[in-house]
Amino acid sequence: MVLNPAMVALVIASLVGSLMLAYSAAFGWHLIRHWDLASGSELQLGLERHTYLISTLVAFVLASEALGLLLFVYNADRLAPLFVGAMCAVGTLNTSAFGFPALMLKILVFFAASTWLILHRLDTRGWDYPLTRVKYGLLFLIAPLILAETWFQARFFLAMDTDVITSCCGSLFGSNRKALGSELAGLPAGPAMALFFGTLGLTLGLGLGSLRRPLLGYGYALASALAFVVTLVAIVSFVSLYVYEHPHHHCPFCLLKAEYGYQGYLLYVPLFLATALGIGSGVVRPFAGVQSLSGLVEPMARHLTLASLWLFGFLTLWTALIVARSGLVLIGGAG
Amino acid sequence: MTPWLQRQRHLIDFTVEALARRKGRNLALLVVYALMVFVLASVLLFSQALRREAALLLAQAPEITVQRLVAGRMDLVPAAHLERLAGLRGVASAQGRLWGYYYDPATQANYTLMVPLTDPPPPGTMQVGPTLARFWRLGVGDVLSLRTHDGRAFPLSVQGILPTDSALVAADLVLIAEADFRAFFGIPAGLYTDLVLKVRNPREVAKVAQKVQRDLPDTRPIIREEILRTYAALFDWREGMVMVLLSGAVLAFMILAWDKASGLSAEERREIGVLKAIGWETSDILAMKLWEGLLVSVFAFLLGYLAAYVHVAAFSASLFVPVLKGWSVLYPDFALTPQVDPFQVFTLFFLTVFPYALATLVPVWRSAVADPDAVMRQ
Amino acid sequence: MIELMDVRKAFNQGRHNELWAVRGVSLQVPAQQVTVLRGPSGSGKTTLLTLVGCLARPTSGRVRLHGRDVSGMTERFLTGLRRQTFGFVFQQFNLVRGLTVEQNVMLPAYPLGLTRRDLRRRAHGLLESLDLAEHAQARVEWLSGGQAQRAAIARALVNDPDVILADEPTANLDTELSRRFLDIVRDLKAQGKTLLMTSHDPLICQAPEVDLVVGLRDGQLD
Repeated sequence: MVLNPAMVALVIASLVGSLMLAYSAAFGWHLIRHWDLASGSELQLGLERHTYLISTLVAFVLASEALGLLLFVYNADRLAPLFVGAMCAVGTLNTSAFGFPALMLKILVFFAASTWLILHRLDTRGWDYPLTRVKYGLLFLIAPLILAETWFQARFFLAMDTDVITSCCGSLFGSNRKALGSELAGLPAGPAMALFFGTLGLTLGLGLGSLRRPLLGYGYALASALAFVVTLVAIVSFVSLYVYEHPHHHCPFCLLKAEYGYQGYLLYVPLFLATALGIGSGVVRPFAGVQSLSGLVEPMARHLTLASLWLFGFLTLWTALIVARSGLVLIGGAG
Repeated sequence: MTPWLQRQRHLIDFTVEALARRKGRNLALLVVYALMVFVLASVLLFSQALRREAALLLAQAPEITVQRLVAGRMDLVPAAHLERLAGLRGVASAQGRLWGYYYDPATQANYTLMVPLTDPPPPGTMQVGPTLARFWRLGVGDVLSLRTHDGRAFPLSVQGILPTDSALVAADLVLIAEADFRAFFGIPAGLYTDLVLKVRNPREVAKVAQKVQRDLPDTRPIIREEILRTYAALFDWREGMVMVLLSGAVLAFMILAWDKASGLSAEERREIGVLKAIGWETSDILAMKLWEGLLVSVFAFLLGYLAAYVHVAAFSASLFVPVLKGWSVLYPDFALTPQVDPFQVFTLFFLTVFPYALATLVPVWRSAVADPDAVMRQ
Repeated sequence: MIELMDVRKAFNQGRHNELWAVRGVSLQVPAQQVTVLRGPSGSGKTTLLTLVGCLARPTSGRVRLHGRDVSGMTERFLTGLRRQTFGFVFQQFNLVRGLTVEQNVMLPAYPLGLTRRDLRRRAHGLLESLDLAEHAQARVEWLSGGQAQRAAIARALVNDPDVILADEPTANLDTELSRRFLDIVRDLKAQGKTLLMTSHDPLICQAPEVDLVVGLRDGQLD
């Protein structure tokens, strides 16, 4: 078993987040049954006031999830020397079947929380909170996600079995144990690059188009989610190679380290924000027909789209810059 | 500036004024908060510095240590093994080491007795670590008598005292000559505690270790990287344990923060009531209160972290040495250089600001949802 | 412009100390006139004032503002409406201690996100018109009763509301200052503001500026 402060922090943060969302979901059930805006009873007033607490809790979970993601990855990287064959975070995450699922669940919870908060923002603009039931219904979907994340993370930490000399009879773990898959392979650089710039181009195009034709907004939201996945593939397949200037180092996490000037932050922060806002811009659109939201949905979707477009644009340019600046030549040979 | 930003600016201005108006109250919380950051940051910075020292130190250590196992327990290594290993291809040099522990009933402590590989003291003399020297009030030339394995008194005169700052474990270290060591513990010539190998090509370390185990099946070669790994795990573990122990303090802090946030003075309550009555919305009050928490947190965090840095860098974490340093984990020479890295800052953030935010969340919400008409009902 | 229909308000609903402060009041507050709610203490006039001013939601019944039903609106929206429409002058003035007069006057406008320069210009205009300009930087705890009330009035006016609500405005003032208050009321009325006050002070109830006096007893109209 491995134990360190970061793990203590992560476990506590996940547990707290789980408790908060479980409470929110339970409250949501209570609220859905008793919500009656026409009434001025103290029960109704109390429910309305609790919605402030719930949105604060979800925002809290969002923030802790964002920081938790970073800490989780850094921690995995820090633990890598404990495992033979693990060169960085990827190796640690591969020590058991729970590492990557835990990471993915964290990412999912992050986007779920951001989407919920965007819906909440729209909802609070309507004088009668028209989306209340939708919102609190959504919590029933989000709460299991964070519970699963907590469970997977705990399993991941508990399953860690270090190859230290105190734990067994001898040395040479390297020779008689299969080395961990310490690298992700990804696609070949050429196709990956085409895929990345193609997808981002499509996303930007749809986003700009949706400013004129709202119906394209749904496409933009989908493209944002797709762009998120494609960008991750791109980072593994070629961006990392260009940053490390090494033809076989595919780690998507080492980008966040001081050795590489924290360049990863300039990729991941815009990527996560752009995706969250992009998805949000599509999620608000179906409610354009709600009476108390008339005239509010379109400007908000526009606002979200614009912000996310800037970020995706920056991401594309920054990636191109990394490729152009790098001393590594992967494609085109002598060029 | 957008109205949103302007609004945040006004809220921050108001909060700063409010904090200044209730200096005493907030100062107490700030001090406790900073103190907690200080303690936790000290532990993190200290063990990080140790980890780094260990890595640096072990970088000069021999690549392979060879121990002999008899019936699964460590045993003395015969000199024949040494000759055999010295002849292995790829081994630059092989040396036998002599070291062991001596329990001293008077101090109720274990000393580490050791024959240094270079410059051993002349027979009949010893070099002692500073803690030991202080305990026995030893100066150069003084004589200390230890009991040998068969109960005889064994006087050794002090040839020198190991420098104070070279003291993670050197504190309880006693360096003596080989002949003295053998006589003292009753180890006949031709036997060693363990062997150390230097390997010419670092890439061949694993191969050499493999050869060692093939040629001498009763031995256990330990590669330096594995020691490093063990230390890393050990420090992580200790650090983790200290954090678990300190969780009580964090909890106490959370209770204090909760109490401070929920036990608003009548004056503060009235103020929030007035603000709500004159048109501030619940989310305005929430935002204002969250700004307040953020400001207090940032200030306490910086204060505590800075103090911890100074504590570790300038005073070698003198408050925590007993907890984190262990017997014979590492030796010598410790000038601690704390390092700041994002991992550590995030960890610390999670262990301090997160609990604070958590503890104040519900009280803040409670105060923010006060009835807007409350001030008119008094 | 403000219309109450069979409005009721309960406190501590469902508990042993349940109290119905207002029991079925229907009332129209005429625009650009001065209305006074008169009644003994405990008659529910202050509660009625909070219902008119969207400070609280009725337990049952309807409140219409400019013809729009606001009784089913969430607190968030009521607050927004209230900020634009109503200015409050409280009986205890309720100025925030430790802040200057100017800061107190600007407070209700903070959530609107105006620039500080705009805020100060508004505040100074108001303080000027209420003869408080020279006290702008003074702390509110140094003000006399009359000055404090004028500061509270300035604060109520900073968001340029249509309606001014005042709870027992003369309860803490002597006759001289009460007359001074009525002068301000006349000015405000002349500017086209609607005023609604609670009071049992005959000086107020019989003042020529007052257009309508509504009597209240035990939570019902007389």
